[in-house]
Order: sequence, then C-alpha cells, then structure tokens
Amino acid sequence: MADDGREESLGTDDDSDQTGADGSLNNTMVEEGSTLMRRMEICVAEAEKRSGKNAVSMQETYTVYLIETRPMDAVAEGRNPAPDCLWRRYSEFELLRNYLIVTYPYIVVPPLPEKRAEFVWHKLSADNMDPDFVERRRVGLENFLLRVASHPVLSNDKILYYFLTEEHGWKEAVYETGFQAKADSRLRALSATFRVRNPDKCFMEMKHYSDELQSHTSQLLRARARVADRLYGVYKVHGNYGRVFSEWSAIEKEMGDGLQSAGHHMDAYAASIDDILEEEEHYADQLKEYLFYAEALRAVCRKHELTQFELEMASQDLISKKQQREELATGIVRTFSLKGMTNKLFGQEAPEQREARLKLLEDLIAEGEETVKEKTIERAEHVEKAWVDIQRFKEQKDKDLREALINYAVMQISMCKKGIQVWSNAKECFLKM
Amino acid sequence: MSISAPRGLASSGQKPITEILHPLSAAEEPLSPGPDVTVSGGRDKEVGLTNGTPVETPSPASASVLFNRLHLDDDLDPDTRDPYADTETHDLFVTVDDPKKHVSTMETYITYRVSTKTSRIEFDLPEYSVRRRYQDFDWLRTKLEDSQPTHLIPPLPEKFVMKGVVDRFSEEFVETRMKALDKFLKRIADHPVLSFNPHLNAFLSAKDLNKRQGLALLTKVGESVKSVAGGYKLRVRPPEFCALGEYLDTFNQKLGTIDRIAQRILKEQSEYLTELREYGTVYASWAGSEEELQRPLEGMAGCVTTCCGALEDMSENMSQDFLPVLREYILYIESMKNVLRKRDQSQAEYEGRLEAAVLRKQEDRTPIPAEVEKCQDKMECFNADLKADWERWQSNKRQDFKQLLTGMADKNVTYYEKCQAAWESLITVLQDKQTEDKTSETN
Repeated sequence: MADDGREESLGTDDDSDQTGADGSLNNTMVEEGSTLMRRMEICVAEAEKRSGKNAVSMQETYTVYLIETRPMDAVAEGRNPAPDCLWRRYSEFELLRNYLIVTYPYIVVPPLPEKRAEFVWHKLSADNMDPDFVERRRVGLENFLLRVASHPVLSNDKILYYFLTEEHGWKEAVYETGFQAKADSRLRALSATFRVRNPDKCFMEMKHYSDELQSHTSQLLRARARVADRLYGVYKVHGNYGRVFSEWSAIEKEMGDGLQSAGHHMDAYAASIDDILEEEEHYADQLKEYLFYAEALRAVCRKHELTQFELEMASQDLISKKQQREELATGIVRTFSLKGMTNKLFGQEAPEQREARLKLLEDLIAEGEETVKEKTIERAEHVEKAWVDIQRFKEQKDKDLREALINYAVMQISMCKKGIQVWSNAKECFLKM
Repeated sequence: MSISAPRGLASSGQKPITEILHPLSAAEEPLSPGPDVTVSGGRDKEVGLTNGTPVETPSPASASVLFNRLHLDDDLDPDTRDPYADTETHDLFVTVDDPKKHVSTMETYITYRVSTKTSRIEFDLPEYSVRRRYQDFDWLRTKLEDSQPTHLIPPLPEKFVMKGVVDRFSEEFVETRMKALDKFLKRIADHPVLSFNPHLNAFLSAKDLNKRQGLALLTKVGESVKSVAGGYKLRVRPPEFCALGEYLDTFNQKLGTIDRIAQRILKEQSEYLTELREYGTVYASWAGSEEELQRPLEGMAGCVTTCCGALEDMSENMSQDFLPVLREYILYIESMKNVLRKRDQSQAEYEGRLEAAVLRKQEDRTPIPAEVEKCQDKMECFNADLKADWERWQSNKRQDFKQLLTGMADKNVTYYEKCQAAWESLITVLQDKQTEDKTSETN
C-alpha cells in the first residue's frame, strides 16, 4: 500500500523514508520520470458532506475530499508553506481514472477504492455515509493519487496535474481531450476476445492470471469476513461471564473478590474484539486494492487482444484485396465471387471498367498496407510498453502483498498477546478466590 | 487426600464401625442412646483439601507407602505442613480406571476397575481390585443415602443417556463418566463418616455385589415407610438453614447460567473453526497461482491450520473437563437440597411431637416421653452433621471451582501462546525473503 503522502512520498515501506538534500528520493523503487512525486507532496486530508443539486436537479448529499499539495523542495528544505488545496468528489476521481485508462491502455492503472461497501461482516456498516467507510475511502483515494503520481508514465500526465491543482475548469479540460471518443466500444473489445487468432502467449497467460487473482482475492475477502463475524461472536459471549461472575460473587464470602475482578477481565476481553477487527479492515482494504488491480491488468491484456485482432483483420483485408487484384489482372477466378458469377452469366465487363476497378483496388491496397503498418506498430508498441508495465506491476504486487501478509501476522500476534494478558489476569483473580 | 472434621463430633474419627452409633442408621444396627453431641460453632480454620481433586494426590504404590504417610506428621515441622491437610485419616485410597466393554446376549455394558488400598482394620485385606459397573455405583449411592440420611452424599454422573443422541460407548463419554465415578468414590472415601459405611466396604471388597440387591430393596422400603409415617410439617426453618437454602438456590441458578454460557462459547467456537478452516484453504489455493508469493501464501495457510488445531484442542478440553464438573455440582446441589429437606422433616417431627407432649403434660401431667428427647437428639445430630458437611462442601467447592476456572484460564492462555508462536515463525519466514530481496537489489 502506498505510504501516507504526509511523509515523503513514494510507494511502499521503509525504503521511502530517505530523501536526499535536493528532494530527490533514494528509493530504488522510484523510476526515472516520476517527476510529479518528486516535485510535490500530495495528500487527501479531509472529507466533508455537501448538499447540492445534481444533474437532474434533484437534491442530493455527497461527500467531498480535500486534496492538499505542497512543493516537495519546500518540504525538504524544512519550510512549511501552507498547502494548496481543492475539493473533489468521488465521481471526479472516477472521471480522472477513466481518462487515464483510455489514454494509457498499456498501463495497469491503479484502482479506486470501492464505490460501495462490500464484503462487510455484520457489525460493519454498508452505508456509504458511515464515517468509518468515509474515512477508509479517504485513505483509499489518497493511496490512488500517490500510486498514480509515482508511476513512471502516468505521473507526467497534464490532466493529472490539473486534477491536483485546478479546482475549476478541470472537467472541461478532461472532456476537451476527447478521450471519450477514443474509448474502445465494449462490443469491439468483446468481439476481439472471441475472434482473435494469434494473441501473444504471454499476454494470454497474464490474462488468465488476472482471472485467478480476482477470484482468489474475492474468495479470501469473503472468507475473512465470515471469520471476523464468528470471532466477534466468540468474544462477545464471554462478556456474559462478566455478568454472571459478578452476580455469583454477591453470594460468596472468600470467593467473592476474586470472582468479581475476574468478571471485569471477561468484560475487557469481550470489548477488545472491536478494535481488533477494526484494525483488520486495513488488511481487507489492501486485498481489495489488488482485487480491483486484477481488473486493470485484465483490461491491458484485452487491449492487446484488440490490437492483435485489428492487425489480423487489417492483414486479412489486405490479403483479400490483393487476391481480388490478382483475379482481376489475370482473369483467373480462384475464389468464388459474385462478380465471377455475373461474369459467367452476363459476360465479362468492358476493359475500361476493369481498368477503373483495378485502379480502385490499387488505391485500396495502398491504404490497406498503410493500415497494416499502423496496426503492426500499434500492436508492437502496445506489447512493448504493456509488458514493461506488467513487470513493474508484478514486482509491486509481490512486494505489497507480502507486506500485507506480514502486517496481518503482526496483527494476529498482537491479538494473541492481548488474549494471553487478559486470561493471565483472570487466572490471577481465580487463584485469589 | 485428607478430610476435615470439626473437632468434637462423635461421628468422626477412627472408631470401628460397630462402635459408631448413629441414631438414624439402618435397621441392621442396634439402636442406642445418642451420644453427647457438642456442635462446634465456628468453622474449623484448618480446612481440608478438596476431595477428589487429582492435584496432588499420589496414587499409593503399596501399603508400605501408606504406613509411611501415617507417620508423616510426626516428622514434619508444623510450619511446612500443608495448611490444608488434615492428618487424621490418610488410610483409604480408591481409584477408578481401566474401562472395559462387556458383551453378553442380554446387554452390552462397561465395567470399571475399582482399586482400593487401605490400612483400616474394617477391611480384611490391605488391597482390593474389583470390577464394577454404573449400576453398582448407583446401588452404593442409594444405600448410603438411606443409611446416612443426615449426610450429604456426593452425586453420580447422570444415569440416563438418550441412546440415539449420545454414544454410550464412545471413548469420550466413557472417559468423562469414569472421571466422575472416580471423584464420587474419592469424596466418599474422604468423608469421616461415609467412608466407614459397611456398604462402601462391600462395594470395594466384595467379589459379587448382586446378592445384596434384594436386601437393599427391603431396607429401602422400610426406610421410606418410616419417613412417610411422620407427616409433620415444618413451621420455621432456623435462619442459618434458611441462608443455606437460599444460597443453594442462587448458586444453582448461577451454575446453570455458567453452563449455558460455556455451551454457547463451544458452539460459537465450533462455527468459528469451520470458517477458519475454509479461510486456510483459500490461501492454499491462491498459492497455486502465484510464483513469488507461493511460499508466503502457503505459510499463511499452514499458520491458519495450526491455529485451527490449537482451537480444536481447547474446545475439546473445555467440553471434557469443564462442563462435566459444572453439571456435577448442579447434581450436588440437588443432593444438598434433599438433605436439607430431610433435616426439615426431622425438625418438624421433633417440634410436632414436643408440642403434642407438652399439651398432654398440661392436661394430665404425663411426663414428656423419651421419644421426644430422642427426636430432639436426632434433629440436633442432623443439624450438626449437615453443618459439618456444609462446611466441608463449601471449602471443597471453593477449591474445585478455583481449579476449574484457573484451568479454563490456562487453556485459553495455552491456545493463544500456540497461535502466537505460529504467527511469529511465519513472520520470520516472510521477512527472511524480504532481506534476501533487499540485498539482491542493492547489488
């Protein structure tokens, strides 16, 4: 998980705590070109409720988030200037992300935190307005910005820069890029998936992997939520001991004090589960990020399928046109065609007509060759850039998830220690009975 | 093992059985005027150790060990003596073990070996080993209740078991029942009066108990006839016994609640265990599709499995050790209430007779018959016995519950310790790989 931008900036763990005197980062994970992160410190500081009229003039309540930015060199020099800030709501983040996905189809674009609370265990609220949910979302949005701003390619994007610095006028700027028109239609993409013949093997494996990642993380999230639910029950029932020990102590002489104090410890035990599970939500959030990342990965693979498919279609088209030209030129009909049939039935056409048609075909072939060249380049570029980013993503994922597992284990150890403490205390009380 | 007996009570001590005169003993023995009874007021400070707790009870290896123990107190410095040990009688040790299944044409049942080691002269031999089945224990209890109605007889584990629901021959059931039977006998052997009961003697030593069944039936009938004939109604229970009765009721209630809570916890834990197992398998299956993360994820799965095992152990322990003891005390309370009722009966009878006699005396100056005095003695004996047993029971209860609850705390601590160890070793594995990566990065 990316660090809180209040510190230095970049990405994950202990590596990021080193900034050189000039503000550049010593982190080996930082790649060339992550200029944005080196220049500014970013954080999502607060969340606030607003009311307003929406697009269909209905009153609605929504949450806005405060984005604060500060120039990194100022921070490094120890000056503490007031941060620039602006407010954004979730839908604006979504817009930014959609823009990035379309504009950089070879990048595994970092995901946003979930729109609605899912994988909740019964105590957790599924309400979007719930303060805990809002808080976790704030953290998630900050994480998103930090990831994007530290990405070697994405961080250079102008629209991203405006998102962080221009409160008004940003939306217009996004729409002006016309990215929506560039977006691949779903139908095209789906068609490509089914009809492509020779997608790159590595990409297909990666696509399969993204399915596995998605399936496993969602299974894990569900299982974890159920475990949390049950564990909650176990702890809370122990609270009943507190009450009954207290009642029992009232009729006892020597045993009374010991029982009473033990009862208090049982109450403490029952109460401790709330904080424990609250902390565990952080782990769930880390898993969710990669659940959504899996989808971003799959999108890149499908883009490859699309570029490959379009190349195949263009090549196929070129071949068939060349064939047509050959037939026209030699008069030998290799393939069945309507023209061939009509020729046979009604006699061949006049030479002028043939010349005109031949000329047209030559033009189309020339166009087709250009198209094939373009598509070949497009495909090759996509493959090259995407593969680089996929490798980067893999390393990041391995590192982040390993760290998440470590943090989870640390949480478990802390829970065990608390348990040992409470029960040892209770035992002391019992011994005094 | 030791027992406590408030000093001064005639019914304690090492007198041979024929000399112990109990006004309410079975018809087999000759009645004689009740001994002078002085009831000790306060509770004896040197309270006896719990009867039946396995804590520091060594199983005696031989009769010579026994004799050594008898002389133990002479050698010991009074300060080092266990303040809870009353040294009067360390001379009867019983153990129940070695369950065996018997299959006959009529029925299938389990017998247990009952081993006795004793230096008492009431027994012909210093050691006995007999096999007894539950029925026999039930017989013994009934005989004791009838022949010692003023005393609290320890409870037996439940008699009836729903055949479809519980497997009477499962290892766990037999083990749990055997432990309870062992406790039952140990408590009786510890008791200053009950341990000298001839029925106990027969139970421990006779080859064959069956012959006595018929006799038992007769005497049982005789007793109940006797008690019904009274039909007196108690007016006022003395405050100390009122308090006793109230305590029993409240305590019964609390134990019932604790039993329910414990069962509920077991249920919740079992459901938690189910989900936890599933959780572990998800990590394992994820590991299959990863490269770098394969080992960490497999490590997670292994860790979760270890925690499952630890939880299983704890739950099993709780269900085998904790719940049965609770249930047993609930039965004990029932027994105590019965004794209290009988005591009330004896008081009612005395008061009834006394009232009648006083009236007659007023009418025609007939002196108060000796029967009335006998009734008074009976009642006072009863009160004294009950109080003594009550004190013993209270102190045993305290020890038993102290042990029970600390045991519960211990099991929980052990469970968490096991889990903590598993997670800590996982972290080492995960972090080792990290440092490997770091060194290769900087190279």
